[in-house]
Parts: sequence; structure tokens; C-alpha cells
Amino acid sequence: MATIILFAPIIGALICGFGWRLIGEKPAQIIATSLVFLAAFLSWIIFFTHDGVTQQVTLLRWIESGSLAVEWAIRLDRLTAIMLVVVNSVSALVHLYSFGYMAHDDNWKQHEHYKARFFAYLSFFTFTMLMLVTANDLVQMFFGWEGVGVASYLLIGFYYRKPSANAAAMKAFLINRVGDFGFLLGMFAIYYTIDSLRFDDIFAQAPALAEMSIRFLWADWNAAELISVLLFIGAMGKSAQLILHTWLPDAMEGPTPVSALIHAATMVTAGVFLVCRMSPLMEYAPNALMFITVLGATTAFFAATVGLVQNDIKRVIAYSTCSQLGYMFVAAGVGAYPVAMFHLFTHAFFKAMLFLGAGSVIHAMHHEQDMRNYGGLRKKIPMTFWAMMIGTLAITGVGIPLTGWIGFAGFASKDAVIESAYVGSSYAFWLLVAAAAMTSFYSWRLMFMTFYGKARGDHHTHDHAHESPKIMLAPLAVLGFGAIFAGMLGYSVFFGKEDTVRSWFGMEVAQHHGEDHAEDLAAQSATDTETATTDTAEAAPAEGGTDAATGEAVIAAEAAPAVAPQGALLMRPFSPERQEFVDSRIKADPDHPPETIINAAHSVPTWVKLSPFTAMLFGLGLAWLFYIRSPDLPGRLAAQQRPLYLFLLNKWYFDEIYDWIIVKPTMWLAGFFWKKGDGSVIDGFINALAMGFIPQLTRLAGRAQSGYLFHYAFAMVLGIAALVTWMTLSGGAH
Amino acid sequence: MENLLSIITFIPAVAAAILALFLRGEDEAAQRNAKWVALVATATTFLVSLFVIAGFNPSDTGFQFVEEYDWILGLKYKMGVDGISVLLVMLTTFLMPMVIAACWTVEHRIKEYMIAFLVLETLMLGVFCALDLVLFYVFFEAGLIPMFLIIGIWGGKDRIYASFKFFLYTFLGSVLMLVAMVLMYVQAGTTDMVALLRHDFPSQDMILMGLHIPGGIQTLLFLAFFASFAVKMPMWPVHTWLPDAHVQAPTAGSMVLAAVLLKMGGYGFLRFNLPMFPVGSDVMSDFVLWLSAIAVVYTSLVALAQEDIKKLIAYWSVAHMGFVTMGIFAANQQGIDGAMFQMLSHGFISCALFFCVGVIYDRMHTREISAYGGLVIRMPAYALLMMYFTFANMGLPGTSGFIGEFLAMAGAFQVNTWVAVVAATGVILSPAYALYLYRRVVFGDLIREALKSIPDMDRREKAILAPLVAITLILGIYPKLATDIMGPTVAAMVADYHAALPAVDDARMTME
Repeated sequence: MATIILFAPIIGALICGFGWRLIGEKPAQIIATSLVFLAAFLSWIIFFTHDGVTQQVTLLRWIESGSLAVEWAIRLDRLTAIMLVVVNSVSALVHLYSFGYMAHDDNWKQHEHYKARFFAYLSFFTFTMLMLVTANDLVQMFFGWEGVGVASYLLIGFYYRKPSANAAAMKAFLINRVGDFGFLLGMFAIYYTIDSLRFDDIFAQAPALAEMSIRFLWADWNAAELISVLLFIGAMGKSAQLILHTWLPDAMEGPTPVSALIHAATMVTAGVFLVCRMSPLMEYAPNALMFITVLGATTAFFAATVGLVQNDIKRVIAYSTCSQLGYMFVAAGVGAYPVAMFHLFTHAFFKAMLFLGAGSVIHAMHHEQDMRNYGGLRKKIPMTFWAMMIGTLAITGVGIPLTGWIGFAGFASKDAVIESAYVGSSYAFWLLVAAAAMTSFYSWRLMFMTFYGKARGDHHTHDHAHESPKIMLAPLAVLGFGAIFAGMLGYSVFFGKEDTVRSWFGMEVAQHHGEDHAEDLAAQSATDTETATTDTAEAAPAEGGTDAATGEAVIAAEAAPAVAPQGALLMRPFSPERQEFVDSRIKADPDHPPETIINAAHSVPTWVKLSPFTAMLFGLGLAWLFYIRSPDLPGRLAAQQRPLYLFLLNKWYFDEIYDWIIVKPTMWLAGFFWKKGDGSVIDGFINALAMGFIPQLTRLAGRAQSGYLFHYAFAMVLGIAALVTWMTLSGGAH
Repeated sequence: MENLLSIITFIPAVAAAILALFLRGEDEAAQRNAKWVALVATATTFLVSLFVIAGFNPSDTGFQFVEEYDWILGLKYKMGVDGISVLLVMLTTFLMPMVIAACWTVEHRIKEYMIAFLVLETLMLGVFCALDLVLFYVFFEAGLIPMFLIIGIWGGKDRIYASFKFFLYTFLGSVLMLVAMVLMYVQAGTTDMVALLRHDFPSQDMILMGLHIPGGIQTLLFLAFFASFAVKMPMWPVHTWLPDAHVQAPTAGSMVLAAVLLKMGGYGFLRFNLPMFPVGSDVMSDFVLWLSAIAVVYTSLVALAQEDIKKLIAYWSVAHMGFVTMGIFAANQQGIDGAMFQMLSHGFISCALFFCVGVIYDRMHTREISAYGGLVIRMPAYALLMMYFTFANMGLPGTSGFIGEFLAMAGAFQVNTWVAVVAATGVILSPAYALYLYRRVVFGDLIREALKSIPDMDRREKAILAPLVAITLILGIYPKLATDIMGPTVAAMVADYHAALPAVDDARMTME
């Protein structure tokens, strides 16, 4: 079944992309869409029937070189099952929505065909994303990782006439490649240390990696930490985290359904997926996790501040996505991987909802995207208004406080993230709460500017604003269902009782007062390592000692193969230092302090649990004050705080700084190497060297030009013959 | 079929002789005949070479299909292939029909043009099959002549300058190689390469003109061969002949130059430097690794500044060859597998890219990037194929370009992380110039008057690229087709190499 899910979209893409001339555009689109719907349907079956036990299916052997062996395979565990549902459902709905959205497009001329191509790209994207989430080793994951990058490149640059779209597409691909650079080095480091790139082997060797030190560039590093950070750099690129985030807002050049599918619900969450997928390794890299937490929190905060002042409706949502991804990384960084997946899951629904809703607004307003030209659209497009309202309620996290789960989708998952963050780090906690207030502000600002108040901008456009066709509203309705209920339905398995969460993800259920299994396993493999080393030393006393240090992990693996921990994720109990920190932050039962993150997150103080809700109310109130009560306030404030306003409006000047410190020097260096390096130095040197030849050269050139080139060739043949003869004679032929 | 290698090597030469002797006249029929004879000959060569690959036993790491005869002046004629050369033979025979087909629109002295390519094929195959030092040298050096003529007669307007630069560079290297060969002969008393591979060349440190030379004679021999192959490769900083040669060469000439001639350098390293002078290689390997890493970054940056499509792709080739030398001198299984795979893959992809340039050059007669823009609107098939090969060349997983780069870097990482990291920045730089090129040529609006009636690719052009799409895709998804053949040979080579070196501790990875 997983195989069908995996290949249905690529078949659709091929038929649609290459076959539309034969079967016509409409049937091609229908085929592609129905195949993705089939995949989505099967995904839900797997989602509900999966028992948490990891299944692996090998399709074809791929790269084999010495001890390096990777396969095309399908790995099916809880993590994959969640991603399958998210990817295929959103993709199917976006396909459907695109029938309406792409029906008429002023970017194309009358006779130009673009629809089949668009659908083929969407299906191709879906396929590569599925390859990413079903991978059983890092290399196949990298295939999907790059594949989604290409699909994203093609779709951002879909309007290839527009220079801005082409620039944005290139920027997205390039910055992603910066991340991939880290991903690749991470893979090389893993292969170098443990001789395999398969997940099971990596997970099994994680405890050994934590004990290993590896020389990388100028220093020795802890292998687990180094690898985790390198892989996370990959995640930063794909998930638009700070430093590598600048491509995401520009990616909004693509058609809106693309923004919903790729740049909100699926592709950008691949980084979070990677961190969760590698949790058995990350758990042994506390410093890397701390880095992820800090960076995630900073991104969440930074993106929210920028979102406050943007005027393009899609850019507001794009920064919001960037910010929400930061939330997910914080959850993963503090070790609450199920919570990260929970937010990923709910976010997919409400963010796709917001984007498709925004698309519907843009559609209604004849491709006007500036919110300053909207206003009062509530009556004109009521269905879209309600859809956006549900999305906003979900993202701002409206629910009944202290129940934990009764509320819109974002309520349950965002509160879970913030509670987990409190356990892990005050820095992350406070930034996330501040970001929650800003999330609420910019989301309501968007709502108020778009749907309330008086109509601004072009009267003609406003008069002709019209509700979108049913085929665009139907996906919104489905997503609306998800945006309302996903949190409530998912709460118990993602962030409920520790045992429920563990068994749902297929993890060993921990004994509450005893040692955790993972710890046992680590201890076990540590003793194994010792025994193995002793064995080797005894067996070969002459060469023992020094040699043993080099490949200890490998020897240990051969002697007593370590086993990967069970389940899709790994959550280890707190280390003693962490336990102390956690105990100091939460009021817990002193006899039975919570030993793992989920339990600890449940026992945070009440004011912590209330903080996101309070922040949300604050943001809502402020937005109401600014945009309903006294609409001239924002303008006055912006004028008063001009530098701050410009700083935010210009996105903290990241693009300008990059242009200044990276792009310009690179281009200068390129020109310098070409003209000076190749031109003056190398060719100059060669010419000087050949100075003696040059007079002859020109003479020969003159001759060759007059058609005597064959003579020259003949001379060369003679020369070679002479050399060979000399060689045979002087060497004295035997 | 015991003379199989000689048969495939000389089929093109025989066809060339037939053309030279029997084909008369300059009329259209004669031109057509010349092209068809060449096409049939190269296609036949490919079909016959299939017998070689079918009969090749990968698990045997020695030479197969060996032929040995006495030749002139007491010299030996000895041919044979192992897991490395057999793949390069296949690369050559596979590509030549497409190269010939790419010449279809040429009208100037077509008979001589065809003869040049046919002779070139024979010489290239000879290089990969020769197992005797002198025979190798003859094929290797003679290969210059047809290429020299192809650039010099059918090239662009600065062709004379380019062809002399090409000649001068390669000639300087050749002289040194010749001296080294004489020295080898004096040392080992034979020109049989199989025997030379087994011969231990002295490696005691020596003092030469006051210079301390670690590795002694082996290092000197290494350097002499290195000089020749590094130019052929070409490696930084002796690469500047390549962009000029490419720019001036006709389309088919560029295809063959990039696809096969550059591979002679890599092949030379794998056949001579690494296995014959292991101590010398070990002494020099850090130096070569650094040259390779610099090549990747430096030429990528230079590519970024180019204004000529062909020059850009030529610099791109140099960057890719950097991965090849890096993989070879990482001297482990992944590195060498990667280098070999990169050579094959680059052969297919660069051939296709140069053809893609030829397609628009034929139509517009300019290679200026700024003369194009918006081609996708008139040429959707071209846009698709060009995009595919652009991504393949950037090493997109799923295409053959990825496997080579990935393995070569994985190999280098085990030896020197600095080099691997520097080379890996190529992953960031290659999309920078490649997509920048694509964006300027293919995307954008079609505003230039001259381009408004440009026709899309015709059947012949699509037919040339179709097999290249297929093979790069197949090798990308199932690279074992190639790695299974070279794997055992490479494994044996790596084992021999390390056996020849004093054991060293790898102390970079330790338990805390």
C-alpha cells in the first residue's frame, strides 16, 4: 500500500506533464488530482491502522561502494504515517483548489498552456516529498530533500516571464543548497564514523557516537554533537530558520496554492521532520539540541516582529510560517519531539487554510495582494471570510484555558510547545510567549485590514470582488474541519499521558520509577564496548592498546551488534543535571519528579499554562485598538518610531546585509579570478614561458591560416615517430 | 572474438580510410555518404563493444580480452581492459554516434571532418585499451592531432590561437611524460604495463640538486606523469587552455573534448600515478587534493562571471574534474568509485550540455548569454532538456551527477576534512552559476526581435539527447550498473596501494 502511495503522484506527474498533448489539459489535470486523492485516501488508512511497529520494505539497491551501501526503500513508522497524511491530504486539496485558482491567469497569453504543467509540478513535488518522508536512510532522504528543492524552484519560478519570480526561485534553491552543504557533510561524518547511512544503524550506534571524538577541520569534536549540528544546518535551510530564512518570504512569488502546499504545510516542515527522525541521535547531543532550541526561539520571535508590519497579505502569512516553524524547532530542541510533530500536524491544516483563504481573497481582488487596498470584504466574500476566521482562531490559539485541549487546532499544539519550552529553557519560553502575542496581533491585523472597515484602494476592483467558485471553497471547508478539530483529536496521542504518547509512537513504555529502556540500552552497549575492547586486546596483545582506540565503535558493533531503540522517536529520561534544572522550574511531587519532558511539561505552574492565552488576548486587543477602534494610530506610531518601523519593515535588513557581505564580494572575486587570475597571472605566465616560441608560433599560425595545417599535423606525426624510434634505440630493444 | 578490442579500436580507422580513399567529390550526395559512413561505423563500434561489456567478468580484477603481438622495432602491441578502462571504452563508443549525428548540419569539408572524428575515436579507444607503454604514448599523443585539426579548421574565429594554446600546454606535459617513460623503461626493463604495475619502483628519499625529495624516484616519476595528465584533466592552475579550446571548437568537437578527451587525464592517474607510484602518490596526495579543492571553488567563481555560454560550461567542467582528482587521490574505495563515476557521468552530461549550446548557436550564431532570454516561450522542449541536464550537472540526486560527487566527497572526507569542506562549497556555487545561466538564457520574457521566430528542437536534435537523458537517469537510479563493474578492480587497486605504503595510524577518530 505504501508503494502505491509513493508512486501514484509521480505517475500522475508524468502523465500530466508529458501526456497532456495527447489527452488534453483537463483530463490530464483530473488524472493527476485523482491519483493524489488516491494516495491521500490510502494514507489515512495507514494512519489509522498503523500499530507503531516500524516496517521496512526494500525496493531496489542503490549506491554500493565498498562498505557504503544504500537502498531505495520505504520505512513506515508513526512518524512516516503522520507525514503521509499531512503531505497527501494537503496536496490533494491543493490540487483540487488549483482547478479554480489557475483557471484564468493574466500572467499567460491566450493560447499558452500552463495548467497541465502546473499540476505536473505539484504532483512531482508530492512524490519527492513522499520519498523524503519514507526514506530508510539519509541518502534517500537527501534525494527527496533535493527533489522538493527542485519542485519548489520550478513552482516559485512558475511565472517565468517575471524577473522577480525567477530571482526568487534561484534564491530559494541557492539558500537551500547552503543548508544541503551541512546535510552532506553530516552524512559524510556519519559514514566516516559508523560505516553506514541507514537509520537503524545510526540509531543503534548513537550511544557510541556520543562517546566518540572526531577530527573535523581545526578541532576535535564530539561526533554526535557535530553530526547533529551539521544535519540541523540542512534543516535550517529547508525550514527557513534564522540566517537561512530569507528565501521563504520571496518564495511568495509563486502561485498561492504553491505557497500553501510547499511553503507552509509540507516542504518547509521537512527540517522539523529531519530533527525528529534523527531524535535517537539528537538525544545524545545535548549541546546541539540547545542550539536548536535557541535558534528556533529566536526565529519565532524575529519572524513575528517582521510579520507585524508587512503589508502584502502573503508575506504576513509567510513570516508567520517562519515563526511557527521556530516553535516546532523549540519543541524538538527541548526533546519534546511528539509535541513538535503535533504542531507540525495542526499547523499544516490551519496554515494551508490561511494561505488558500488568502488565495481566495487575492482571486476575488484580481490579484491585488496589498492589504492596504483591501477592507470591508466581509460582506463580499463571506465564505472566504469564515474560512480565514477559523484559520485565525486556530493560529492564535483560541480555546478554553487550562483544559489543555478544548479549542482550535493551534490552541492545543502551541500551548504544548510553550509548556515544553518552559521546562527546557527560560529564553525560549519568554521569546515564544512574546511571539504568541505578536502572532495574535498580526493575524488579527490581517483579518481587520482585509475584512473590516471601509473599502480602500481601487473601487472598480472592490465592486467586482466576487466569491470564489465551489471547487476552491470545498478544500477550504475540509481544511476548516482540520483547523478546528485536529488539536482536540490529536491531543491525547501527541501530548496526552506519557504512556499513551509512547505507545502511539511505538516507543517502549517507560517504567515510571525505574531505569528507562533506552538508558539500559546505552549502558548495555557501553559494557559491550568495554568487553569487546578487552577481547580484542586479549586476542592480539601485541597490537592492542593503541589500535583499539581508532575503531572502537566499529569493533564493538561487530562484536555485539547494537540495536536501534524501538519506535519512531526516542525520548530519554533527563540527565541528572537536567533533572535538577527541571525540578527547580516546576512544582512537582518531590517523591515522584517527572523524568521525561512530556510529564514535566504537564506539571508546569498554572501561570505558565495561562501565558499563551493571555498573550493571545493581548495581541487581539491591541489589533482591535489599532485597526478597528482608531485606525489612524498605526500610522502615527510608525511615524513616531520611524527607525524601528523601517527596521521591521525591511526585515531587519537581512537581505541588504547579505547582499553587501556575500553577494557583492563573491561577484567581485569571480571577476577578479577571471580577469586577473586566469587572464594576467596564469596566461601571463604561460605566455612568458613560451616567449621563445612566440615568433615561431605566429609564423606557423600564418601558415596554418593559409591552409597548411595539415603540414603541421604531419610534422607532429613525424615528431612522435622520431621520439618513439629514439626511445626504442636508446633503450636497447630486448 | 579474441581480437575484440582491436576490432572495436580499428573499425573507425578503417571507415576513415574508406572515406579517404574511395569517397570523391564535394556534391551533396558525397557529403551525405560521408556522414552516413561515419555514423554507421561509430554505431557498429558501439554494438561490437557491447560484446566486450557482456563478456567482461567484473570479479576478475586483472586485465581481460588481452591481445599481445610483436610490433615494429621489437616493440609489443598489447591491448586489454580492466574494470576501469572497460567503462571508459563504453563511454567512448556510446557517445561517438551522437557526436557524429551532431555534425549533421556542418557543410565545410565534411569528408575530412568525419575522417578526423573517426581517427580520433580510434586513438581514444587505443588510449584506454593499450597495455604497452609505447603504444599508450603513441595513442595518447596522436590523439592531439585530430583534435587540433578539428579546432583549427572547423573552429570559431580565434581558432588558431586556441589550438596553439591547446597544443602548447599539452605538449609541455608530454615531453616530461616521455622522459619519465624512458626512465621507467631503464628501471624496469620492460614496456609492458602489466609488468610495470607489478614493478616496485625505488622509493628511498633522495637528494637532487640540493633538494630533498621524499619518495625519491617514485615522486619524480609521479610528477612527470602528473604534469601531463594534470594538463589533460585539466587541473587548476593549468586549465586556461580548456575554455579557449571549447569556445573555438565546433559543437561536436566540444562534445568529444569534454566527454572523452578530458577523461584521459583521469584515466592516466588511475593507470599510472596511483598504482605504479604509490609512495610518490602518498607524498603528493595532499598537494593534489588541495589543487582539486581550489579548482572547484576557483573555477566555480570564474564561471559565475562568464558572459559566454560555452566558456561558462567549460569552467563548469574544470570544477567537475576537481571532484575527479580529489576522489582519485583520496585513494579509498568511495573516492575512486566516485571519481570514475563522475568521469562517466560528466562524459554524458557535458556532452549533452555542449550540444544544447550548439543547438542555439546553430540558430543564432552567437554564444553571448546576453543575446538570449525567454527561449522557453518558443522552445519548450529545449527548455526542458536543458533544465534536466543543468540539474543533472549540479549533482541532483536521482541523476548520475549526484553519485559521483557524493562518493568522491565521501571519500575525501575520510582523508582530509578541510578539502572535503572546501570542495563541498561547490554544492552551493554550482547552482549559483548554472541557474543564473539558465535564468538569463531560457527564462524571462522573449523580447529580442531575433529570437521571436526561433524554432524548437527538431527530431534529430531530440534523438541525440534522448539516449543521454536515459543513461544519466538510469545510472542515477541504479548506479550499480557501473559500480559493479569497476568495484572489484578499484577494491584491488586500493588494497595494493595501501599495502605498498608503510602503515599509518588513523588517529583522527578516537573514543573519548
